[in-house]
Amino acid sequence: MASTNPNSISSTARVMDKSINNGVYQRRLLTHRIGITLSFLAMTIGIFFLLWILLTLFMKGFNAFNIGMLTESTPPPGATGGGLLNAIVGSLLMVGVATLICTPIGILAGIYLAEYGDENWFAQLTRFVTDVMLSAPSIVIGLFVYAIFVANMNHFSGWAGSIAISLIAIPVIVRTTDNMLQLVPGSLREAAFALGAPRWKVAILVRLRAVKAGVITGVLLAVARISGETAPLLFTALNNQFFNADMNKPMANLPVVIYQFAMSPYENWRALAWGGALLVTLSVLGLNILSRTLFSQKIQG
Amino acid sequence: MPPTEQALAHDALPAALQISNLNFYYGATKSLKNINLSIKDKKVTAFIGPSGCGKSTLLRTLNRMYDLYPGQRAEGKIEYKGKNILDADQDINMLRAKIGMVFQKPTPFPMSIYDNIAFGVRLYENLSKGEMNERVEWALNKAALWGEVKDKLNKSGLSLSGGQQQRLCIARGVAVKPDVLLLDEPTSALDPISTAKIEELINELKDDYTIAIVTHNMQQAARCSDYTAYMYLGELVEAGVTDQVFMNPVKKETQDYITGRFG
Repeated sequence: MASTNPNSISSTARVMDKSINNGVYQRRLLTHRIGITLSFLAMTIGIFFLLWILLTLFMKGFNAFNIGMLTESTPPPGATGGGLLNAIVGSLLMVGVATLICTPIGILAGIYLAEYGDENWFAQLTRFVTDVMLSAPSIVIGLFVYAIFVANMNHFSGWAGSIAISLIAIPVIVRTTDNMLQLVPGSLREAAFALGAPRWKVAILVRLRAVKAGVITGVLLAVARISGETAPLLFTALNNQFFNADMNKPMANLPVVIYQFAMSPYENWRALAWGGALLVTLSVLGLNILSRTLFSQKIQG
Repeated sequence: MPPTEQALAHDALPAALQISNLNFYYGATKSLKNINLSIKDKKVTAFIGPSGCGKSTLLRTLNRMYDLYPGQRAEGKIEYKGKNILDADQDINMLRAKIGMVFQKPTPFPMSIYDNIAFGVRLYENLSKGEMNERVEWALNKAALWGEVKDKLNKSGLSLSGGQQQRLCIARGVAVKPDVLLLDEPTSALDPISTAKIEELINELKDDYTIAIVTHNMQQAARCSDYTAYMYLGELVEAGVTDQVFMNPVKKETQDYITGRFG
């Protein structure tokens, strides 16, 4: 053993010396440089368009920002001024109600999938359907709620809008909760079981608690997602030109107002659309920053 | 004492757990083969052997931890208080409350130090605030941790050092007042000072608890156990009083492993 060691070391050294300039290494270096260049280009293109969009939005949006935008309702055709108060209140109400609906359902379903997902076919089916729902076009969800809810109630309403956007948020929350819970090391669960804790207590008091921050982040991101959804609200909450806080009536909301005003012939409407777009973007940005800073936390283990 | 007398004294002591004809399967793989062993009451029994020999598996059958995973099953008999705990009608949560376990990696729960201890106690006892405070202090004292954490009981258990976390886990296991404590390589992730503290702890705890410890550290087994069982490839090769197993092993394989001539 001892006599072969020096030999093997020097032979390794020789190979290393040779390899610095040999073809294999040169080829690998070239591949590396091409790869890095392509990645950099891809990033630059992405960032460029993102910045362009944001810049346009900020320039046009800030021009429309004034106190009136927050205190007045959407103007009738031909009138000057006006604001987005009814749309802001409508959006807040509908997103708020949707959050109340989708958070418990999403988190509980996520816990179910993480706990039983590998054991029975029903959970596996649920996980599959959730994945399909994640990528379902939101307009399909809007049509679905129109068909089963709006068509039966015979009128558009804030409730219908809330239901439609919660249907979009639920799969997002289910998936993040499930994924986060899968990150909890098995040893932590075993430790809780080893004390004689029943399964539901282990799931909620130990496992969910270990990734609380991640789950809250998932909820915030889902809320951010639904606060910008337009398509599902078109067929459900519709719109309302007047101020309305009654969830049982058609309701104004930022995305649909932006959609309608942006394509209108009136200058003040288009300005309001830009202002609304900026408002939605800022709140989504705020939710994202909140979820990334306030609730960021390392996974234990 | 000559070996025969020691062996006799060994047999006369009451057993906390009596294992007979135990076989264990991971799916189709048989990983414990016909184990017969008695784990003596209020004594420390060490399990030694190379990796993969089944020591941890054996420990995990004693509180039925394997039940969490489909495809793992045990056959045979483990008698605890006159009942075979492998029976289907055994209340597993109750069993685990009585046979506690501490793992290789420290696993503090994501809650305060106080709640880490109280978590297990709350599962089976309804204590007043004052009684709970006493219990937490008692358990932390048992684990020689009270002095270090008494001023920060509301801090997260994750804020402690590795050695402190492991002692917190032991305190957590002790707090529910089990009969048996299973320690699965409790010091393998710790530095020598923390290891020494935990070994001292084992020596103190054996007055009140039956302890089974799996270890890769031969000196540790020699230092802190009363009985030692050497396992190899799922079989129990030799078991007996620690001094005898280490000084004068009956089987040659045991001697080879202990003296490091293994393999």
